[in-house]
Amino acid sequence: MTDPTDYRAPIREFILNRFPGFELRDEDDIFALGFVNSLFAMELVMFVEKTFQIKVPNNEIRLDSFRTVERMGDLVARVTSGGRAPVL
Amino acid sequence: MTLVGVVGAGVMGAGVAQNLAQAGHDVALVDNTPQAVTKALSTIELNSRMSRLLGGPELDPDTILGRIKAGTDLALLADADLVIENITENWELKRGLYLEMDHTVQPDAVFVANTSAIPITRLASLTTRPRQFVGVHFMNPVPMKPAVELIPGHHTSPEALEKVRDLLTSMGKKAIPVNDACGFVSNRVLMLTVNEAAFLVHEGVADAETVDEVFRSCFGHPMGPLQTADLIGVDTILYSIEVLHEHFADSKYRPCPLLKQMTDAGLHGRKSGQGFYSYGAPAASSAAVDSGGSRPTAATR
Repeated sequence: MTDPTDYRAPIREFILNRFPGFELRDEDDIFALGFVNSLFAMELVMFVEKTFQIKVPNNEIRLDSFRTVERMGDLVARVTSGGRAPVL
Repeated sequence: MTLVGVVGAGVMGAGVAQNLAQAGHDVALVDNTPQAVTKALSTIELNSRMSRLLGGPELDPDTILGRIKAGTDLALLADADLVIENITENWELKRGLYLEMDHTVQPDAVFVANTSAIPITRLASLTTRPRQFVGVHFMNPVPMKPAVELIPGHHTSPEALEKVRDLLTSMGKKAIPVNDACGFVSNRVLMLTVNEAAFLVHEGVADAETVDEVFRSCFGHPMGPLQTADLIGVDTILYSIEVLHEHFADSKYRPCPLLKQMTDAGLHGRKSGQGFYSYGAPAASSAAVDSGGSRPTAATR
């Protein structure tokens, strides 16, 4: 069984590297915080695909899947374990 | 449904081709190197996948790519009803292309110049079809932007203008008509703003993040001018300001040396992975690129 928390650290690091100085909890909505736009969301998709060597299913490429570090970790866990991604 | 030729498969050309395919048109996409064509098709596939994320419709990348025939031979454009040109903002390159296309493309076809600054009447004069020549200034990213500048040249016929307006409507674009002048409305103002913003960084008045923060927080702009520069392409900004400088012979359009240096160094913005900001995506070919930092490159000057 893949633990989603394993994937959170590199994702959090990627975000904080681009927006240094922010305190970011895994459940914080990065879009609601106001400093992330949809172009950065696109970079996040590319980052998780490259870092975790996965292809995110097209139906998962939406803001809701990338809203928090927690959700992104869950998404990577689902894809790497080969499970179908449930609709959030 | 129309067969539309798209010449130049860079950021703008790929966006135009994708938008046309989304609208159900058949597209012939041409660039002068196989690498550029391959990269454009990859970009279109990626952007189709990302469409919903960026606030657009859900797209099937296979359907979009299935409507696009791509290659390096201008003969692909021979039967097109319209050809949209999107090559580098360089007079000599555009001149050579239009002279060749005028022979290659069927005589009834309308030519559409997607240019940032070069006057449409001047481009039309290169061809034997100035009545079938229209300027359209698309915005980047093309599939996401709802409006364009529509620019008739001096000789443009009402029929040609209507044909292009219909095509734009099918692409979901509102066409805002403006008269022909170097830089039209948008880039006459925007390029000066970006150039001056680059001077502020160059002179050490503020770093790129601070300049953009002023525009975002004080004016409520969604992006600052240097974020916009990275999105458009620093090289494209430089070429556009050079065209304005040459055309008006007015020193207020003198290009900022920092834009020149960044262009030479391959720091072209989002498309190269590094510009005023670092993106960590595709690395530019230049060894001068610093791939490590997250701070704006220019801020370290």
